Amino acid sequence: MSQPALEVRDLEKTYVSEGGRPGTKALTGVTLTIEAGDFFSLLGPNGAGKTTLIGIVTGLVRKTAGKVRVYGVDIDEDHEKAKTFIGVVPQELNINIFEKVFDIVVNQAGYYGIPRSAAIPRTEELLRALGLYEKRFDKSQTLSGGMKRRLMIARALVHNPRFLVLDEPTAGVDVELRRGMWDYLQKINKEGTTILLTTHYLEEAEQLSKHVAIVNKGGIIAHGTMRDILSHLKTETIFLDLAGTITDNALGDLKGYHPKKIDPTTISIEIGEGKGISDAIVSLHGNGLQVQTVRAQSGKLEEVFVKLTKEDNAA
Amino acid sequence: MPLKGLLISFWTIVRKDLVRIFRIWPQTFLPSIVTSVLYFLIFGAFLGSRIGDLEGVPYILFVVPGMVMLAIMMNAYNNVAFSFFSSKFFMRTIDEILVSPTPPWVIIAGFVTGGVVRGILIGLLVLLVSLIFTPLALTNILVIIAFFFLSSVIFSLAGLVNGVYAKSIDGINIVPTFVLTPLIYLGGIFYSINTLPGFWQIVSQFNPVFYLIDGFRYGFLGFSDVPLALSLTVLVALTAFLVGFAWYLLKTGLGLRQ
Ligand SMILES: Nc1ncnc2c1ncn2[C@@H]1O[C@H](COP(=O)(O)OP(=O)(O)OP(=O)(O)O)[C@@H](O)[C@H]1O
Ligand SMILES: [Mg+2]
Repeated sequence: MSQPALEVRDLEKTYVSEGGRPGTKALTGVTLTIEAGDFFSLLGPNGAGKTTLIGIVTGLVRKTAGKVRVYGVDIDEDHEKAKTFIGVVPQELNINIFEKVFDIVVNQAGYYGIPRSAAIPRTEELLRALGLYEKRFDKSQTLSGGMKRRLMIARALVHNPRFLVLDEPTAGVDVELRRGMWDYLQKINKEGTTILLTTHYLEEAEQLSKHVAIVNKGGIIAHGTMRDILSHLKTETIFLDLAGTITDNALGDLKGYHPKKIDPTTISIEIGEGKGISDAIVSLHGNGLQVQTVRAQSGKLEEVFVKLTKEDNAA
Repeated sequence: MPLKGLLISFWTIVRKDLVRIFRIWPQTFLPSIVTSVLYFLIFGAFLGSRIGDLEGVPYILFVVPGMVMLAIMMNAYNNVAFSFFSSKFFMRTIDEILVSPTPPWVIIAGFVTGGVVRGILIGLLVLLVSLIFTPLALTNILVIIAFFFLSSVIFSLAGLVNGVYAKSIDGINIVPTFVLTPLIYLGGIFYSINTLPGFWQIVSQFNPVFYLIDGFRYGFLGFSDVPLALSLTVLVALTAFLVGFAWYLLKTGLGLRQ
C-alpha cells in the first residue's frame, strides 16, 4: 500500500483578529485521509473552512493545532519537501497582470528548481492542453476570467505534481469549458495525479469524484465514497411528465410515494426505501397514463448536501 | 531542493525583479539622477566657492560620496520594500513562491539581490554624473567596493523587513519619510561630524548610516571621523542582525501568513 497523498489529523485553526486576540475558529478538529490516486471533493457552504484547510496544507496559513502529512512527509518536519508534491490552484486570482502568460508558468517552474530548458517545453504542452497556447505572449491582464483560471491550472501543473489541489477552479467558467476542464482533470487523475477539489457545483463533484467530504462550520459532517454519501439520502424526489391529465384516482393509487401534483400533466413522487420507480410507472399505466419523461429534482449529491448541512446547522 | 534547484529558484526571483526594474526605468533610475544633479549644481557650482574647503578638500568633493551613498541607500531600500510589498498586497503573487519549496533564505537572497543590483547601478550612475562637476578622488578602491555592497545589502534587508511587516501602502511610505530620510541626512552626507557640537557627535554614533558614509568617504578621500575597522565591525554586525531578523519573519510567516 502506498502512502496516502494527504493525512490530516485533528486539524484546528483559529485566525488571529486585529488586536492579536483569537478570532474566527475556522477549523475545529478535522481528520481526513486522501489516498494516492483519489479524486476527492471537499464540499461545504461558504465559510465552512475549505480554503483554510487547503491553505494549511499548501503553506499559506499557519495551523493552530493538529498534524498534516503529504505523501508521508510531516509539514512540521519538512514542509519544503511536502510542497514539492503539491500543485495548487487558489480560489482567488493571484497572477501578476503585467506578466505574460508564458512567463507566469515558466517562472513558477523556476520556484520549484526546474531549469528553463525543461520548463519551456512543459509550459508549451500545458498551454496547448488548456487552450491558452494562442495567448501565450499576451499579458495575463488581457485574459478573460475563465482563461485566467485555466492559466492558474497550467501554473499549478508545471512541476508535474503528484497531488493537485483545486480551490473552486470552475467558478465563473462557462459550461463548455467546464466540461473540457473536467475531461482534462479526469485524464490526469487516470494518469496518476491525486486530486483534491472544492466546488459549489455539486453536479461537478458527483460526476468526478471517488470520495467526498462535507465540511460545515469547521468540522467534517460526512466523509466517504460517493456511494456512501449518496446513501444518506433515503428517498429521492422524481418528476414525471405524463401524456395525459392526472386523475385523483391515479394519485390515490400512488399513495406511499407521497405524490404531488405540480400541474395537470406533471407530478412529483418520492422513491427509495423499497419503493422503486417501475412500480409507480406500472400503477400510472393501469390508470391509462403514459409516463413520457422522468427527471430528478436536483442532483442527488445536492440533496444530500442540503439535508446534512441543514441537520448540522440545527444541531 | 538540491543546490542547483535553489540556484534556479534564486535566479527566477532576481530575474523577475530585474525585468521589472528595467521596464519601469523612468521611475527606478531617473529620480536619483535628477536629485544628484541638483545637489551637485547647488553645492558645486552655486554655493561651493562660498562654503570653501571642508577637512581640507573642496566641498563638492566632500559631498560626492555622500550623494552616491544616498542614491544607493534609497534605491536599495525602496526597491525591496516596494517589490516585496506589492507582491504580497496587490496581487498576492508572493503566494506563488510561498507554495513552492523555495526556502526563506532563498527568498531573502533573491529580493535583496534585486535591491543590491539597483542600488549599485544607480550609485555608479551618480558617481558618473559627479564627474561632470568635479574630478574623482580615489584612495582605496577596495574600501569603496566593500561599502557599495554593505550599504546596498543593509538597506535592501531593511526594505525587505519593512515590506514584510507593512500592512498597507502607508506602511512602506512612512518609514522612508520619517525614519530613513532623517537618519541619512543626519548621518553626515553633507558634513563631517567633527563640525558638530560634542553631544551631537555622540548621538551620530548611534546612527548606522554615519558608519556607512564615513567609511565610504574614506575610500575616496582617505580620511574618516572614526577608524575604518570600527565602521566595518558595526556594519557587518548590523547586516547579520538584519539577515537573522528577515529570516525569522519569513520562517514564521509573521506579516505574511495568517
Ligand atoms: N484571513 C482571515 N482572517 C480571519 N478570518 C478568516 C480569514 N480567512 C478566512 N477566515 C474565516 O474563516 C472561516 C472559514 O473561511 P474559509 O475561507 O476557509 O471558508 P471556505 O469554506 O473556503 O468558504 P468559501 O466557500 O466561501 O470559499 C470563515 O468564517 C472566514 O471568515
Ligand atoms: Mg474558499
